[in-house]
Amino acid sequence: MSKTSTPNRATEPVTAVPVRYPERWIAAGAILVLAAMFVHMLFTNDAFNWPFMADHMFSEPVVRGVWITLSATVLSMVIGVVLGIVLAVMRLSGNPVLVSVSWLYTWFFRGVPRLVLAVLFGNIAILYQTIQLGLPFDNYWMAWLGMEGDARFLEIDTRTVLSGYTAGLLALSLSEGAYMAEIIRAGLQSVDKGQTEAAQALGMSRSRVLRRITLPQAMRVVIPPTGNETIAMLKDTALLAYVPVTIELFYQLQAIGARTYQIFPMLVAACLWYLAITSVLMVGQYFIERRFNPEQQGNIRNRIVGGAHR
Amino acid sequence: MSEQSQDVTAVKAPEGAEPPSDALVVAENVHKNFGRLEVLKGIDLEVERGEVMCIVGPSGSGKSTFLRCINHLEKLTAGRLWVNGELMGYRQKRGRLYELRDSEIAAQRSDIGMVFQRFNLFPHLSALGNITEAPMQVKRMPRAEATAKAMELLERVGLPDKADAYPEQLSGGQQQRVAIARALAMEPSLMLFDEPTSALDPELVGEVLDVMRDLAEGGMTMVIVTHEMGFAREVGDSLVFMDDGMVVESGVPSQVLSDPQHERTQAFLSKVLF
Repeated sequence: MSKTSTPNRATEPVTAVPVRYPERWIAAGAILVLAAMFVHMLFTNDAFNWPFMADHMFSEPVVRGVWITLSATVLSMVIGVVLGIVLAVMRLSGNPVLVSVSWLYTWFFRGVPRLVLAVLFGNIAILYQTIQLGLPFDNYWMAWLGMEGDARFLEIDTRTVLSGYTAGLLALSLSEGAYMAEIIRAGLQSVDKGQTEAAQALGMSRSRVLRRITLPQAMRVVIPPTGNETIAMLKDTALLAYVPVTIELFYQLQAIGARTYQIFPMLVAACLWYLAITSVLMVGQYFIERRFNPEQQGNIRNRIVGGAHR
Repeated sequence: MSEQSQDVTAVKAPEGAEPPSDALVVAENVHKNFGRLEVLKGIDLEVERGEVMCIVGPSGSGKSTFLRCINHLEKLTAGRLWVNGELMGYRQKRGRLYELRDSEIAAQRSDIGMVFQRFNLFPHLSALGNITEAPMQVKRMPRAEATAKAMELLERVGLPDKADAYPEQLSGGQQQRVAIARALAMEPSLMLFDEPTSALDPELVGEVLDVMRDLAEGGMTMVIVTHEMGFAREVGDSLVFMDDGMVVESGVPSQVLSDPQHERTQAFLSKVLF
């Protein structure tokens, strides 16, 4: 006879003395004391100069700086994602030239610190005083053919095109492209090979398979880390101050600090601004990640990807 | 004048330019290696129009690889394979083979439907979206027409109420039936089935086999890699037993199954329940 449960048997609840953790209480007490000291310092140390900070935190140039920061974040992320898709597709293309160029690109832009890139792009006018459009290596082959002049059609002063903001934006976007390439490559590789085969068997060309089948499915894997990248990018826009981009948030706050000798309050203001914006982004990211939670995939497909096709 | 002389050369085309018969599928000495591993060691096969051919054999015998060679998901190492009189994956000119472009291979494949063991439905599209995707994208069929056709196909595979369901909301048997409808939407002249019921719970096998039986009765040319011997005997026009990358034995299913001539076929069938 196999054992079966007998529902009518009397049940006796477990009553036991729980284990105590005195060390936790000691640690919590110590941390509370330290926290109280910190808060006390915030209110008693005059270097914070809270009224000054409150006066200047929302001044007009600072608020404009916030908008510059936001626009730089959005633009560099958009360019970065597009670049990342191109680089990831190149990396997976199987063509040795495209693969190695993509690899080299990623190697360079992930290997050089963003701060160095920002300063480098800010000084690019040293390398190219003018930007010229024309046929490559014209001075060599025109001399060889015995021709006079050059084959350049357009010439622009570098400083008018690559001013502080564009140069900084370029540095951030190109750098982001390298990181997004890795994220998107991982996403593309996460899509089951059977998906590509099924689409090919239906007569879809390789580019159509990528656009219609592989990329949309890769997005599920790509979107959460892209949220992280966006938050990181928002903070990295502070590097624009070193290009320098004078209208940018951190530059403006530092400038006020330097002008008024109230350096510390303005640094605190910078912390608060970045914290405030990243908090908003983190709330957004929380909802995006909840949507892309594997347990709710059915719902997402309905709401996000599937909905677009009906 | 010059045209005429070209015609003459066309008649005297180099060996292998034209299929040796007008069967729908003609495989001639098909070899496939994966690195040093020889998976196919010279397959010669013909599938006539309207024929239902079942390929059976132990795992690793190369049956699935051969099926994937038919629609060029695998490139042949040696040999030739024609579908509908067209050399798959290549163009032969003056005795030389030229690889076809991706779009040309895609066009060849669009005439061949394929059903996979693991269904491979597109998880980001509804059942309807799965079926309309290729007709709309490849054949540029208007949405309304594609949808009407897809609904007809869903009706045919017994799932008219599942148009808006996503693959994960469907059972394995339902997914496989949607996959069959998806392949049929391209109006292929040949259907390939790669162990279509092997990933299914036993109680769901029947519903998929029923759809395939209907398809066979409708005159579709089918090549089916399967372990369902009962189905092969009942629906198949021919049965091919493969082992170790070669065709060991072939013939009328009932004969091969009840009176296998080759000892390897006998050994295999003695271990299979049906």
